[in-house]
Amino acid sequence: MMVHNIPDQVRRACAIAKKDIRIYYLLGPVIIFGILSPTFLFLAFMMGRDLPVDFLIAGLMGMTIFFASTSVAPVIAPIETQSRNLERIAAAPVTITTVLLGDVLASVLFGIAISFVPILLGMAFGVVVMHPLTLAAGIVLATFCFSAMGLIFSAAPTSVTSSVMMISMMVKFPLIFVSGVFIPISDLPSWGRTLAMFSPLTYITDLCRYSFQGADAGYYPVLVDLGALAVFLVIFMTAAIKLHEKSLPERL
Amino acid sequence: MKNVIEVTELRKNYNELTAVDRISFEVEEGEVFGFLGPNGAGKTTTVRMLTGIIKPTSGRISIMGFGIEQDPIKAKQLIGVVPELSNAYNELSAWNNLQFMAELYGVSRGVAEERAEKLLTKFDLYDRRDHKVKTFSKGMKQKLTIAMALMNDPAILFLDEPTSGLDVRSARLIKKMMRELNNAGTTIFLTTHYMEEANQLCSRVAIINHGRIAATDAPEKLKTRIGGLEWVEISFDTHVSVSDLPDIPQVLEVRSSGDKLQLYTDEPGSTISRLVDYARSTDRTIVTLNTLTPTLEDVFIKLTGEGRAG
Ligand SMILES: Nc1ncnc2c1ncn2[C@@H]1O[C@H](COP(=O)(O)OP(=O)(O)O)[C@@H](O)[C@H]1O
Ligand SMILES: [Mg+2]
Repeated sequence: MMVHNIPDQVRRACAIAKKDIRIYYLLGPVIIFGILSPTFLFLAFMMGRDLPVDFLIAGLMGMTIFFASTSVAPVIAPIETQSRNLERIAAAPVTITTVLLGDVLASVLFGIAISFVPILLGMAFGVVVMHPLTLAAGIVLATFCFSAMGLIFSAAPTSVTSSVMMISMMVKFPLIFVSGVFIPISDLPSWGRTLAMFSPLTYITDLCRYSFQGADAGYYPVLVDLGALAVFLVIFMTAAIKLHEKSLPERL
Repeated sequence: MKNVIEVTELRKNYNELTAVDRISFEVEEGEVFGFLGPNGAGKTTTVRMLTGIIKPTSGRISIMGFGIEQDPIKAKQLIGVVPELSNAYNELSAWNNLQFMAELYGVSRGVAEERAEKLLTKFDLYDRRDHKVKTFSKGMKQKLTIAMALMNDPAILFLDEPTSGLDVRSARLIKKMMRELNNAGTTIFLTTHYMEEANQLCSRVAIINHGRIAATDAPEKLKTRIGGLEWVEISFDTHVSVSDLPDIPQVLEVRSSGDKLQLYTDEPGSTISRLVDYARSTDRTIVTLNTLTPTLEDVFIKLTGEGRAG
């Protein structure tokens, strides 16, 4: 990998993010999979169960960040394949890393903006954010991590958005059940707890619990949560770059 | 003149298929270089390699001294690309499409706004600048695509069949624009399957077929390459069909074109006297008799051995 003028490439990534925001935020699949589906899922599982509101809000928060940040990034590549915008980008003086960074940034901003919904909802119900800085750091890391994960879903050189969304749903739904969203990790059987370790959603949900419910509610230490999210981010981003480098020429 | 594009032994394989087969050529600064060939000849594949969109299987490409594989960012910074099947972003306005390109190429905002205004005015799109591209006609979209490729004020502009499928008026405007740009110093690399377009615009033409370059030269020089071959065109006062004509050994091909007959020959002189003999012996009067200088199309057919494109 060549070393390019990094500030320059970051500025160009921001241009790509701006374009993504203008085009993809208001798209049907983004709204449906990013906002509506976590809301309904949450209502379906929580209705009628007698659980403390701060537990609920922490779970909702983790899930919302997860769904919102994984909804923008995967639609970009198939849509731009279909609409033939990709060749333009491929001809521009930007690396694939720059393009993907731009897509991730757009996705991160979407995730962060949407994460305010459960926070405000929780505050309306009297939930207090005890560790705002930790929560903020967690949200930023997690949105980056999940956005990079979203890019992996769209690495196959397809132009069919719905098949990308289906792949992504098939991965995302099972993860919710092993990540302490509905059931605290400490209540899971030992195989469940082992599985939870491999889900990045576990760590942001854990951070939310810590931030909303206090130190006792966290399963892992805060630094482990943050560290794990960072490790997942690096793994996902590296994989996404490698996979998209390979699939881009096949999209043209 | 210095070379701004140097291509050496360039090859691209798609599995079994060799789309581009060890081609080499140079493009000089200030040229309009034409890449002429039928569908599937390997034009798009070549342009995509030259512009760093796909990687060659082997060979070397240098764009103003930068290897496209070694220094892709620096090389791409200097060029503008109008891909064959590309689009502007339908959901963005013309203006935002242009500004996006400027940002991708690191053009400062002030320069970008001034340039966008100039380009939109020139392409007759200024009044529509705030409209989404999806409301544009095909010709308007193509003009915008070209304007987008000019936002970084490229030293070399690549256009892949830019007039293909456009109405006559848009095509003419685009050709005019290419001439103006070239007069202002931009080197142009143009692919086309229209012989006439290459003939009108290009200072040099490479003829490509089945991934190989059959010849590279100025259009007029290419025409002289087919030696003494010329078309003799004749019409009589009464109808004469191709089969009525006597066998003339120097004639390689005869075809009818409206009420005229055209004979492809390497000895126009003796062919003409044979035709005159024929008219006299059959009591016909010759209405018109012309020799047609060879066109680029004739060169193309001669060099590639392909049938006429129609
Ligand atoms: N992505 C690809 N995969 C496989 N074959 C391809 C691909 N792109 C082009 N080809 C083949 O390579 C040859 C040259 O194509 P192309 O460069 O598009 O020709 P042209 O632009 O001159 O019409 C054709 O036979 C085409 O089918
Ligand atoms: Mg082509």
